Amino acid sequence: MPADTTAPPAIEFRDVHLRYFTDKGETHAISSVSFTVRKGEFISLVGQSGCGKSTMLSLLAGLIAPTSGEVLINGRPVTGPSQEVGFMLQQDSLFEWRTILDNVLLGPEIRGMDMIAARYRAERILKNYGLGQFMDHRPSELSGGMRQRAALARTMCMEPELLLLDEPFSALDFQTRLSIADEIGGIIRSEGKTAILVTHDIPEAIAMADRVIVLAPRPGRLRAIHEISFPSAETRPGAFDARETPEFQGYFNRIWEEMEDHV
Amino acid sequence: MSETAPTPAYLAWKTAQKRRRAMIALAQAGLLALFLIVWEIGPQRGWVNPMLTSYPSAVGQALLDMIRDGQLWSNLGVTLLEVVISFAAAMIGGTLIAVLLWMSPALERVLDPFLVVLNALPKIALVPIFYIWLGPTGSIYAVAIAVSIFITILMLYTGFRQTDPNKLKLVRTMGASQAQILGKVVLPGNLDTFTATLKANVGLSLVGVIVGEFQASTAGLGYLIVYGSQIFRMDMVMASIVVLGVISILIYLLIQWIERRLAR
Repeated sequence: MPADTTAPPAIEFRDVHLRYFTDKGETHAISSVSFTVRKGEFISLVGQSGCGKSTMLSLLAGLIAPTSGEVLINGRPVTGPSQEVGFMLQQDSLFEWRTILDNVLLGPEIRGMDMIAARYRAERILKNYGLGQFMDHRPSELSGGMRQRAALARTMCMEPELLLLDEPFSALDFQTRLSIADEIGGIIRSEGKTAILVTHDIPEAIAMADRVIVLAPRPGRLRAIHEISFPSAETRPGAFDARETPEFQGYFNRIWEEMEDHV
Repeated sequence: MSETAPTPAYLAWKTAQKRRRAMIALAQAGLLALFLIVWEIGPQRGWVNPMLTSYPSAVGQALLDMIRDGQLWSNLGVTLLEVVISFAAAMIGGTLIAVLLWMSPALERVLDPFLVVLNALPKIALVPIFYIWLGPTGSIYAVAIAVSIFITILMLYTGFRQTDPNKLKLVRTMGASQAQILGKVVLPGNLDTFTATLKANVGLSLVGVIVGEFQASTAGLGYLIVYGSQIFRMDMVMASIVVLGVISILIYLLIQWIERRLAR
């Protein structure tokens, strides 16, 4: 790990608690969560439902505030939706009343960015993602994998430093899912973005991440953190090839057991 | 469909399909003709009292007379103007209120039971009150707007509330303001709701205006109907109803056209 002591971590959770209040009672959703993420790091959050993994993304996105503790991005507490953050949801949520290009321009439009530059950027990103001929098409004319790539283009067009991925592949069929995860993982790595992926698919979590954070449910809390490395490969393998490495099964078994313990 | 030449079986199917459609159109025309013939012959043969039913040739004559002396145009103009104004007022007012309710959930919770009751209340019952309060012209607009505005609010608000939560979450993560959420997601995502409301409202506005004219009785097709029945001119009553039917058809076609334009 390059020791950069001056720059604050890209993400920091400091003893974060979150409680929900409803008529039926009080829910302790997240309990005493602390961890940091380095700039450019790819983190996977795994855990059973109810472990608060999506909630942690909502905290980072500034959609909800912690009951106590602090969530910081680049050393500054999160107070609301930030320009630094790009969110990608399970559903591509492309607007059928807009063309693909106009969908990609949604973020810059809402954030009041320079639209001429944004348009140039959107066209370049769509071409890079293999959607160059589909800019003027409607979302319904695209396949599931193409739609998810368009959704990534929409996120990237806002030039976020931090990507929050909330199970972005789980609506796709298995084969598309593997290839899109590989492709999108590669894009995010090559652009040097910090990313947090929420998933309940353990192989996907291992294949894409530098570290896997395992959460335990009710209340959501840290269970374990695994550094993922593949000494057998010369460079960090892509999400697809990572599954073939000898180290992969070891990680899988350990994380699987940690998640089983808590049933 | 494909590039290759159509097979004989497909051509045969198309011919049969064309014939089926022609048969349906023929049956519809025949049904209308049968109705008109029975209506024409029945009163003349003394099967029914012509004073009560009139008959097509008399209705046609009445229509021609009304066109010639200008009575039709002036009354039709009055009714159409009332329909257009009250329809527009109900649409615009209803949309504004629905937007307001969407923006303020607290306000919606307070007003919800009142809106439901007002929507269920037969607005026709209010006609005498409107007449006393607002006079002949004002009461017509009041009835027509009252008949359609509550359903507009409820339909649009329900549509707004059913906006895809994932799309809302998406734009919230982008930092969208309430106005941006409304303008970029809620309104464009509810074009279908708008056309459905439009459809329901045109008919309702027409009902409201005619009922208002029944009471106010100064001008309009509703006035012609009431006046004709009072002096026992059934041909005049029927002619006015025929004109109302034609208006309904024209409005239906107009909405269809708008719907196709919106769908692009």
